Amino acid sequence: MSVFYFVAFLSVFFALMTIFTKNPVHSVLYLVITFFTFTVHYILLNAQFLAVVNFIVYMGAIMVLFLFVLMLLNLNKDTEPLKSNLVKFMGVIAGMCLVVTLAGSFRALESSESIILKDPDIGLVGNLGRVLFSEFLLPFEISSILLLTAMVGAVLLAKNDPKKA
Amino acid sequence: MESALLVEKTILVVAVFAITLVIAMYSTLVERKVAGFMQARFGPDRAGPFGILQPLCDGGKFFFKEEIIPAGAHKFLFIIGPAVAMFTACISSAVIPWGQELTIGDRVITLQVADINVGVLYIFGVVALGVYGIMIGGWASNNKYSLMGAVRAASQSISYEIGMGLSLIALLMVTGTLSLREIVAQQEGFVNWNIWVQPIGFLIFLVCAFAECNRVPFDLAECETELIGGYNVEYSSMKLAFYMFAEYINMFVSSSLMAALYFGGYNFPFMYDLGLSQNWITIIGVLVFFAKILAFIFFFMWIRWTIPRFRYDQLMRLGWKILIPLAVANIVLTGIITIVKDTYF
Repeated sequence: MSVFYFVAFLSVFFALMTIFTKNPVHSVLYLVITFFTFTVHYILLNAQFLAVVNFIVYMGAIMVLFLFVLMLLNLNKDTEPLKSNLVKFMGVIAGMCLVVTLAGSFRALESSESIILKDPDIGLVGNLGRVLFSEFLLPFEISSILLLTAMVGAVLLAKNDPKKA
Repeated sequence: MESALLVEKTILVVAVFAITLVIAMYSTLVERKVAGFMQARFGPDRAGPFGILQPLCDGGKFFFKEEIIPAGAHKFLFIIGPAVAMFTACISSAVIPWGQELTIGDRVITLQVADINVGVLYIFGVVALGVYGIMIGGWASNNKYSLMGAVRAASQSISYEIGMGLSLIALLMVTGTLSLREIVAQQEGFVNWNIWVQPIGFLIFLVCAFAECNRVPFDLAECETELIGGYNVEYSSMKLAFYMFAEYINMFVSSSLMAALYFGGYNFPFMYDLGLSQNWITIIGVLVFFAKILAFIFFFMWIRWTIPRFRYDQLMRLGWKILIPLAVANIVLTGIITIVKDTYF
């Protein structure tokens, strides 16, 4: 349990650092560390497959692309777009709304009974695959079609229009 | 019992680490010797017999050189960059099975640091992480050439990771497990090696491994003619050496992966027909495994002095338009063959 609290503290700490740091590249690097702590959480929950996939997809692929874009844009103080006071004001109001919502949901929160899983090894890759391809076959296939659609859309957007070129 | 396991694993980790570093160190010498051999000259031969002390001299030189951190560089990230590169290179060897069981007294020792049941994915994740070292270093240098090198390295590595992953999926369809230990154990003897059932997959994996290691012909990240030195142009002394070292360690790890996944790992022909005891089979198996690894390292160097560097658009075309469709076709073909085999034979 103490391991969980330590890792949870690190998650929250690095998530906050992601927001508070001024340099966008540092921000992305803190986000990478935050994702790494999530991976540790998954391992603590005995979900090895989810842990490794989180590691590969979020830390290995998506954050590299983020970093890639930020480095190419080379954002710094000189190129930062000036934010008008109106935008800042709206930001403050939106943030306050979020705080109120969060506080309200915390008040309504009751500590639930901890559920003991029937099968604690459900997160291991063999069991997970069996469940995905039997019990949850339809949602699994639908989500894969969704991903395929997104991919086709991305290719279509990136492709040059032959009429214009 | 727990503490004995801990001691055993610690010894194994230290041994693997030491062997990795020594092989990486001597790869630098072997590389220059192979270069000499390919170009009909001697290569380094001054320090010790056959230049055997050359890596030590180079190491000493790197330690005593002046360390320069550019004025505009981001100091912390500039130091972290090579450290991350080295770290990710070293941790990937944790799941590779170096040999079978060794029995000493009544203890059975498994020659593998960690047998996790998602071993292949672990390797894949660590490889994906490897690019951070280059990107952080390239960006922190505050130099346009470094940045270009880092960006090239990142896009190259992301592109070829996909091909590598797809070629591995075809392999996993054949083996039916993600544990490296089980994959190697299945390839007993000689006819069961995965190379016979997955030749296309191996070819794709090989090309992608070259690209992931930033080796010639895919070393666009440090293309001297266009980028001076690439992502490491601002680095000096031991930090530069760390980047170079990480490259050689990656080469060693990908060689051992290829040997383990496709060429039977520690398995050798007639291993159970010679009437040897289990311990001897294990020891010979480890030696055979290292012989296979060294053969692959030699192959890496052979290619380096044979094939010229690609142009960047050619590199991307090869990765996205040739290797990935080929890998997908390989997956489909593997699936069809598996089904036909299950139904009719």
